[in-house]
Amino acid sequence: MTEEKYILRIENIKKSFGTNEVLTGVSINVKKGETICFIGPSGTGKSTLLRCINQLTIPDSGKIFLNDEEVTHAGPRINYFRQKIGMVFQNFFLFDHLTAVRNVEIALLKVKKMNPKEAREKAMYELKQVGMANWADHYPAELSGGQAQRVSIARALAMDPEIMLFDEPTSALDPELTREVLEVMKKLVIDGMTMLVVTHEMGFACSVANKICFMEHGQIKEQGSPTELLNNPEFERCKAFIGEFREYSQ
Amino acid sequence: MDQITFIFDVMLPAFSNGLLMTLSLIAISAPIGFILGVTIACGRVYGGKGLSWVMKLYTIFFRGCPLLLLLFILYFGLPSVGIVFTPFVASVLGFILCNSAYNSEYVRGSIISVKEGQLIAAKALGMTKNQAIINIVLPQALRRSIPGISNEFIYLIKYSSLAYMITLVELTGASKLIATKYFAYNETFFAVALVYLALVTVTTFGANALEKKYAVPG
Repeated sequence: MTEEKYILRIENIKKSFGTNEVLTGVSINVKKGETICFIGPSGTGKSTLLRCINQLTIPDSGKIFLNDEEVTHAGPRINYFRQKIGMVFQNFFLFDHLTAVRNVEIALLKVKKMNPKEAREKAMYELKQVGMANWADHYPAELSGGQAQRVSIARALAMDPEIMLFDEPTSALDPELTREVLEVMKKLVIDGMTMLVVTHEMGFACSVANKICFMEHGQIKEQGSPTELLNNPEFERCKAFIGEFREYSQ
Repeated sequence: MDQITFIFDVMLPAFSNGLLMTLSLIAISAPIGFILGVTIACGRVYGGKGLSWVMKLYTIFFRGCPLLLLLFILYFGLPSVGIVFTPFVASVLGFILCNSAYNSEYVRGSIISVKEGQLIAAKALGMTKNQAIINIVLPQALRRSIPGISNEFIYLIKYSSLAYMITLVELTGASKLIATKYFAYNETFFAVALVYLALVTVTTFGANALEKKYAVPG
């Protein structure tokens, strides 16, 4: 056993879709309160890795532990772990037939079996946290992308998760809407939430991440603090990838 | 006999008895046909290979068999193997089998049209598959099924007249009996057509109201 206490341990996760090897053995340990950003070209398994963590995608091999309890092969108990692992998707996936507040409270009612009054209070509290309390009675179709994403963050937070997974949360948003979502995420970082973020927002990654993982070909090719990775990446591909970003941002 | 006496002393009592029978047929067949239709649709979409196939065969068979033939089998055929139904029970059974098979296809189409992400997001929140289907997928799918299901309901109103072919005197049967007895074909059949039209119109407005009530922006 490791000396240090990890909230999440990922051990040698492999996943193939047909002949396409998406993850070729990924291991990483996450400490409580850490923010880890995953960067890298598209199609390198970043999103698949996140989905393996809460078993929306079942890995072919490897193990995942949350607080030293095995999440892989959990059987029906996976629904317990999924409550502890909040997830935010690129396309929000808000429930189209429910208003914002109903979106946030539905899992409190049906999964946590809270009473309606408590659930409503909790849902309103979470909406307030993301600045969406005034939009509680609006349907997803009536919200902008940024607003919808903030509601989806509130929905995940309402379950009181121990870690949060963000799967390209701003990739479907324009720069202005991106900013409002990143503000909410920064607040979470400050509040000490443990977060795993797949993102192309280098600025965000550099300013809040404890660790940046560069992924390619289904593996974490290089990892380190933002300064380490940005200033002297030894790995050529990573240097090129980040170099392109710096070129455009100067 | 003058027209007034015919309408009030002959037609009205016959029609009201017939209408009552037609409405009882519908009142029992429609809800069961609906629930069964939803169940079959869920079985086909979410069931394992075996269940999915059984449901598919059910749909193929009962959509493929003419309803009149189905009623004949239930009422005239089955007694020879020792299964005897009253005309009413045989009619209701036939309507349920037919109605549910059609409804299942409307609902299945709507379920498929609900985006995959809805189910994924529900699972990510810790819902079981059943919870996700009941709370997230079906409420959306059923909204989209309202036009199809009300369409099928309107068919049911009209094909309930087939019960007359297995001796059940419902609305059409009642009108046929007095029409032949009094040689008043045109008046009687035209009047009964108006009654069906009224039933269908009420259904249409009901379905529209339902659609409006559960409408969701977007």
